[in-house]
Amino acid sequence: MIVPTRRLLLAAPALLLMPRQAGATQAAMEEAVRGFTGGAAITRGRVALDISPLVENGNTVPLSVIVDSPMTEADHVRAIAIFNERNPQPHVITAQLGPRAGRAILSTHIRLATSQTLLAVAALSDGSFWSDSAQVVVTLAACIEG
Amino acid sequence: MKRLLALLLLALPASAQDRRSGFEDMARETQAMQRDDMQNPGMLWVAEGEDRFNRDCTACHSEASMRGVAARYPAWDEATGAPIDLAGRISACVERHQRVAPPARESQPLLALTAYVAHQSRGLPISRPSDPRLAPALEQGRALYGERRGQLDLSCVQCHDDNAGRRLAGSTIPQAHPTGYPLYRLEWQGVGSLQRRLRGCMTGVRSEPFAYGAAEYVALELFLNDRAAGMLLETPAVRP
Amino acid sequence: MARVLINVPRSARRGDVITIRTLIQHTMETGYRPNAQGDVMPRDIIRRFTCTYDGAVVFSAELSPAIAANPFLSFTTVATSSGTVTMTWEGDNGFAQTETRAIEVT
Repeated sequence: MIVPTRRLLLAAPALLLMPRQAGATQAAMEEAVRGFTGGAAITRGRVALDISPLVENGNTVPLSVIVDSPMTEADHVRAIAIFNERNPQPHVITAQLGPRAGRAILSTHIRLATSQTLLAVAALSDGSFWSDSAQVVVTLAACIEG
Repeated sequence: MKRLLALLLLALPASAQDRRSGFEDMARETQAMQRDDMQNPGMLWVAEGEDRFNRDCTACHSEASMRGVAARYPAWDEATGAPIDLAGRISACVERHQRVAPPARESQPLLALTAYVAHQSRGLPISRPSDPRLAPALEQGRALYGERRGQLDLSCVQCHDDNAGRRLAGSTIPQAHPTGYPLYRLEWQGVGSLQRRLRGCMTGVRSEPFAYGAAEYVALELFLNDRAAGMLLETPAVRP
Repeated sequence: MARVLINVPRSARRGDVITIRTLIQHTMETGYRPNAQGDVMPRDIIRRFTCTYDGAVVFSAELSPAIAANPFLSFTTVATSSGTVTMTWEGDNGFAQTETRAIEVT
């Protein structure tokens, strides 16, 4: 119906914005995660990774991580790390916190090169690791500056 | 009263009753980013503009006197006998009264000052350009808006009137109301002006863009503000 | 000096969990983008953020290029005593900036 659609889409140099590198792979992400956990087992749960499943621009994507923890001296979250599968590098951010945080919560804005899986891992004071993951679709914009 | 209202409605362009800001077509997350001044990166430019204003401008202007100013631009510039947009006015003010080289179009200092001044009008309706001397430029803007251009041979009308609300790749085609400029565009990862956005459209249809500050852009800005009259300013808006 | 926006409550009750939010003007150049000439622009990012309060680091973070331009961070801390909250950003090319905010705890 919209005659110019295809032409405009083809004309938009969107592909030039794609990273030239192939991007991180699942193996690279797993290695980065091992760097954070020291190879310890990770259990799914206690972590809630909040990010929109459909992202209209990958340059600035709001993201929050909340970990279910009493945040006491005896039982708290030591660190939260976020990883991705298909950006040029698998690591996004690692935050160190402790009982003085009061709550285990972190919000930031991240970049996503393309649709992919994100992983949030929390390191607890008892040495255990917990995680949540999210699938994110990054849509392609038509009218961008070239 | 009813008759007056009916007349008013008749006087509006056909699309006027369902005009919508690009804000309404954005993802909820991007809307939240714009609404929250602590998450809206455009506020960094506003803060810089505030510092510059307090340092360089308060000998003549007060913060309070800036409220509503952005809603009235482009306006008539007596000195040059031509319409001038807000960034052009600020730039001319620096040159004429501070006697220093004016900040370049799209430079950080000018974007910051313009964002700060426009932010003072956030929430105010865009006023219809009423100075009769603006009429020729307004008509020029209307003509440019309807003129097919570039290798793709497209006019603004074809996308932003005829197909507004439909999708082009992953994006909703907006109605092109300039309610939030200067604005923070996620694509740009920074703040830019309406003229930068217009340049983007022109290169998008493969036409030669005008130079920054060109009379054609000011004419287009005038027409777009006339078309958006009554809509509320959002500066600094966030757009994908 | 980069422009920053910081939100720390001016006052709080002892034991309250307060939210600290920061936004700093920085391009966070990834090191993967080509410029107009086709040359890859070198990486220029903020690598580390640290927040100290009442004599201790209460929150810190290591940032990668996947953090968006003009980095936004939001986190919490327990209001312990009146004093200064100090925030430091450090990064490539010698980038270093420190900001402080006073908080009154009753």
